[in-house]
Amino acid sequence: MSVQDIGEAANDTISKVKLTAPTSHLRGYWVCFNGIIWREILRFLHQRERFFSALVRPLVWLFIFAAGFRNVLGVSIIPPYQTYVLYETYVTPGLVGMILLFNAMQSSLSMVYDRETGAMRTLLISPFPRWFLLFSKLVGGVTVALLQVYVFLAIAYFWEIEPDGPPLAIGLHMAETFYGFIIPAPFNGYITVLPALVLAGLMLGAIALFMSSVIKQLENFAGVMNFVIFPMFFASSALYPLWRIRESSPLLFEICKFNPFSHAVELIRFAFNGQLDLTSLMVVTGFTIAFLAAAIYAYNPSKGLISRRGGPS
Amino acid sequence: MDASVKTIGQTKTNALEVEDVSHAFGPTQVLDNVSLSVPRGCFTVLLGPNGAGKSTLFALITRLYDNVTGEIRLLGTDVRRKPSLALSRLGVVFQSRTLDLDLSLSQNLAYHASLHGIPSRQAKDRAKAALELVEMEDRANDKVRNLSGGQTRRVEIARSMMHQPNLLLLDEPTVGLDVASRESVISIVRKLVKKEDLGVLWATHLIDEIKITDNVVVLHKGKVLFSGTVPELQEKTGETDLADAFRSMTGLSQLEME
Repeated sequence: MSVQDIGEAANDTISKVKLTAPTSHLRGYWVCFNGIIWREILRFLHQRERFFSALVRPLVWLFIFAAGFRNVLGVSIIPPYQTYVLYETYVTPGLVGMILLFNAMQSSLSMVYDRETGAMRTLLISPFPRWFLLFSKLVGGVTVALLQVYVFLAIAYFWEIEPDGPPLAIGLHMAETFYGFIIPAPFNGYITVLPALVLAGLMLGAIALFMSSVIKQLENFAGVMNFVIFPMFFASSALYPLWRIRESSPLLFEICKFNPFSHAVELIRFAFNGQLDLTSLMVVTGFTIAFLAAAIYAYNPSKGLISRRGGPS
Repeated sequence: MDASVKTIGQTKTNALEVEDVSHAFGPTQVLDNVSLSVPRGCFTVLLGPNGAGKSTLFALITRLYDNVTGEIRLLGTDVRRKPSLALSRLGVVFQSRTLDLDLSLSQNLAYHASLHGIPSRQAKDRAKAALELVEMEDRANDKVRNLSGGQTRRVEIARSMMHQPNLLLLDEPTVGLDVASRESVISIVRKLVKKEDLGVLWATHLIDEIKITDNVVVLHKGKVLFSGTVPELQEKTGETDLADAFRSMTGLSQLEME
C-alpha cells in the first residue's frame, strides 16, 4: 500500500490538508494538544530513574530533614493553620513546590537539550502557532509534575500529613435542599489543591521556558541550578515561616516576600487546607502571564532571541 | 479528488521557491542573495561544503529563523505571510537524530501525526503506510533505541511523509551511515520523488550522491554559484567529471569539503 492508496482511502481529509492548514479546525488543535501531552507522559513513564529520583528528593526532606528539624524549629500558629502543627505538616506544601520547581527546571533543561539535538525543531515545524505549541508543552510538563505530586502526597498521608479544611460541598442549594455531594476530609484538600498546583506549575514552567530560550548552551544550566533553583527555594516560605526570617534579616525578609516561589508555596499551602490566599493567587497569575508572554516572544522567529544569538542552535 | 485540488496540480507551481534571501548573524553574512527553486517531482541536490550556509537556509525555510530579506514560497505560499499553510506542506529530516529513543516507532509517528492535527485513527493507517514505504513495517513496536543508524533515518523519512508534504527537506541525511544504509536511504527518497510527485531538496557535501537526472544547486560561502541540471553544470565548467566541475567552481576538492 502506498501513500497514494491511503490518500484515496482518506481522500476528503487529505485534500483539506493540502488546501487549508490543519490549524483551520478546532479539532486539529485538540489533537495536537493531546499528542504533545501524551508524549510527555510516555517519556516520563519510560524513564523510571527520573521518576524515582523525582520522588526520593522530597521524601528525603520529609523523612530525614523534617524529622531532625521538628524539635529545633517550632512553628507558631499562622494562617492557614488553626492550631500548632508539626514541622512535617508545615514543610509538606514547600516540598510539593519543590517537586514543581525541579520539574519545571528539568523540562527547561530538556528543552535546551532538545534545541541542541533538534527535537525542539520537530515541535516548532508543526503548522500550529508557536504560542500554542509552547503552551501545550508547558501543560505537558505540569501534567507530569502533578503525577509526582500526588504520589508524594499519598506517601505523606501515611506519614500522617493530612489536609485540614472544611468538607468540600459540590452541588447546588435549592429551596433549602442540597443537591450534590459532600467530599469529607481528607479527600477535600487533595481536590482543592489541584487548581493551585496547576497554576503554580504553569508559573514555574513559564519561568523555565523563558530561561530555556535565553540560555545558549547546555553547559550554562549548571549555573542556572545554582543561581536560580537554590536561591528560589531557600529564600522562600517553603522551609520556614517568613516571620522567622524577619527576625534575622529584614532585607532577606523583603526578598522572600517578593520571591514568586513563596507565593506559589503559600497558594498551595492554603488550597491544601481548603482556603484561598488571594494575594498569592494574584501574584502567581501575574508572573505566569508575564513570563509566558516573554517566552513566546523569545521563541518568535521574527522578533525573538533565537535568531539574534547567532549560529544555528 | 475535488476540483480545487486538480487546479493546483495543473498549474505545476514549484514545490519551493527561494528568492533573493540574505541572512546575517551579527556582522557575519551567512547567506548572500540566495535564489533557487525545487520543482515538484524533482530531486534537487543542494551541494556545498560544511559552513556554506545549508543549515541556515533550512532554518529559514522551516521558519526557525525569519527571513528578513527576500521571499520563501512553498507551493506558492509565502512562509512569512501564511506560515501554518506553508508548514503543513513541508516535511523535514533534520541532520541530528530527532526521534524519542525510549518510545516505539508507532509512538513516535503518533506524536508527529498529532503535531499535524491528524486524528488518531487516521494516524494509525498513515503510520502503517509510511513504515511500509521505508520497509520498516515489521519493527513498528520496537523502541527506536534498538534501531541502527540507517533504520533510524528511514523511520525519520517515514515520519516526515506522514502528513503527505509536497516538499521534503533533508539536511545531510547520510552523514554517519555505512555505504549500504546510505544507498538504501537515497533509493527510498528517489522512489518517493517519482511516486508522490514530491519536490526534494537534499543537502549534502558528497558529490557521488548526485545522479545525472538531478537538479543541482551549488552553495559556497553563502552564495549560489550554480543552479541547473547536471548536463548544464558540465557544460558551464567544461568538465565531465562532477568532482572536477565542482573544483573548478569553488577551488575546493572533495576532501576539503568536509
